[in-house]
Amino acid sequence: MDGIRITQGTFSYLPDLTDEEIAAQIAYGLERRWAVSIEYTDDPHPRNVYWELWGMPMFDLEDPVAALAEVRRCRQALPDHYIRVSLYDPSLTRMTTALQFIVHRPAREPGFRLDRQEGHDRTIRYTLHAYAADRPHGDRYPEAERGRGAP
Amino acid sequence: MPEDAAVDPGEAAAGRQVEDVLAALDRDLVALHEVKRRIREIAALLVIDRCRRRLGLEARPPTLHMCFTGNPGTGKTTVARRMGEILHALGYLRKGHLVTASRDDLVGQYVGHTAPKTREVIRRAMGGVLFIDEAYHIYRPGNERDYGQETVEILLETMEDHRADLVVILAGYKAQMDRLFSEVPGLSSRIAHHLDFPDFGLEELLEIARRMAAEQRYRLSPAAEEAFLRYLEERIRQPRFANGRSVRNALDRARMRHAARLYEALRDGRRLTKRELVTIEPEDILASRVFTGGAYAGVSAGGER
Repeated sequence: MDGIRITQGTFSYLPDLTDEEIAAQIAYGLERRWAVSIEYTDDPHPRNVYWELWGMPMFDLEDPVAALAEVRRCRQALPDHYIRVSLYDPSLTRMTTALQFIVHRPAREPGFRLDRQEGHDRTIRYTLHAYAADRPHGDRYPEAERGRGAP
Repeated sequence: MPEDAAVDPGEAAAGRQVEDVLAALDRDLVALHEVKRRIREIAALLVIDRCRRRLGLEARPPTLHMCFTGNPGTGKTTVARRMGEILHALGYLRKGHLVTASRDDLVGQYVGHTAPKTREVIRRAMGGVLFIDEAYHIYRPGNERDYGQETVEILLETMEDHRADLVVILAGYKAQMDRLFSEVPGLSSRIAHHLDFPDFGLEELLEIARRMAAEQRYRLSPAAEEAFLRYLEERIRQPRFANGRSVRNALDRARMRHAARLYEALRDGRRLTKRELVTIEPEDILASRVFTGGAYAGVSAGGER
C-alpha cells in the first residue's frame, strides 16, 4: 500500500528534484548570497517546524557542489529521514528563509491517520497523526528499503 | 566521427580569453620563466582536451593539484590567484576564486573539531583554488595527539573525490615540503605539478620595485634606482630577506621618508610640485638602516622593521 507523499516546502508537488536540479536551485541562492543549511527530521507532521540541522549553516559558499556534497553525506548517514535544504536570505529587511525544499524522503511514507475527538455537544475536533510517529524517534522508517540516492 | 573531422580554431580559442589571461600573466609577473612555461603547458592541455571532447574523444579531466615550493616572497600566492583565473577561463574551475588557509584554519583544537573545520574550508573553496600556505605545518609527525593527521586524510579524500571541483595548491619551503611528502604517502602522487619558485635576481627585484611604485603612482628617479640596487645588494645578504615582500616593505618605508621630507618642506612654506610628490629620491632610500650596520644584524624574532 502506498502512503501519502508529503508536500512541504517549495516544489513539493513536483517530482523529486534530481541532483542537478538541486544544485541549480542552490546556485540560484548563492548568487544572491543566501546561506545554505541542510535539515533533517523523521517527524513528518506538517506543523513540525523544528527540523534538526545537519552541521552548521554554510555561509560564503561559491559553488553549489559544496552544498550538494553535504546533502549526499546527509542522505548516506540518514537514509530513513526527510532532508531539506533551506536558503536563508540575510539581507536587511528580509532576514528570513527565502527558499526551502525537500531533497530526500524515506523510501516508503506510510502517511497520516485522521483522529476524531468527540467533545461536548457533539463537537468533533480533528487531528492528524503520522503513522510513522508511533515508532520511537530515530526508528520510524525502519523496514523501508534504502532511500533514493543513498548508496 | 571520421578521422578528419576538425575543430574550428575559433571555437577552440575560447582560447582567445585564455591567451589574454596568459599574456597578462607574462606582463604582470617579473621573471618566473619556468613557472610561466608550466602554466602555458597546463593551459594548452586543457584547450586541447576541450577540442578532443568536441570530437567526442573522452578524456578524464586531468589532476591539477599543485605544489609550489620556494622562499618567502617569490610570488607563490600571486601565481595561485592567477591560476584560479586561468583555470576558470579554461572552463576547468567553475568560479576560480582563491581561498587561503593555514594550519589554524584547518586543524581543530579538540577531538571532533577538526573534520567540520577542514570541511568548511574545503566547501568555501569549492569551484576555486584552495591555497594552503606552509602546508607542512598541518602534519606534525611524532605527536599522535595532533589532529593534523585528520586534516590530511580529509584533504586526500577531497583531492581524489572532488578532482573536478577544486584545485588544491600546497605551498612552502622546498625542504620541508619534501619532508611532508615523505611522511604522508599518497600525497605526492595526488599532486600532478610541482612548481619551484626561484629567488629573484637583483635586476628582477628592481623591476618589481619599479612596478610596485608605478602601481601606487610613484616613480623612482634614476639616482634612486641606483640607490635601491645598492640597498638590495646589502639587504639580500642580511637575514630574513623575503624577495618581493621585502621590496614592498622597503618601498613602503621609502614612501614614509619621502613623505616626511616633503612635509618638512611644506612646513617651511615651500610649494610642492606634482613631480616632487611622485618621485622617490635616493635620500629616501639611503637613510635606511640597512646601510648603517644593518637593521637585521643579530635579530632573532619579530617582524621586519
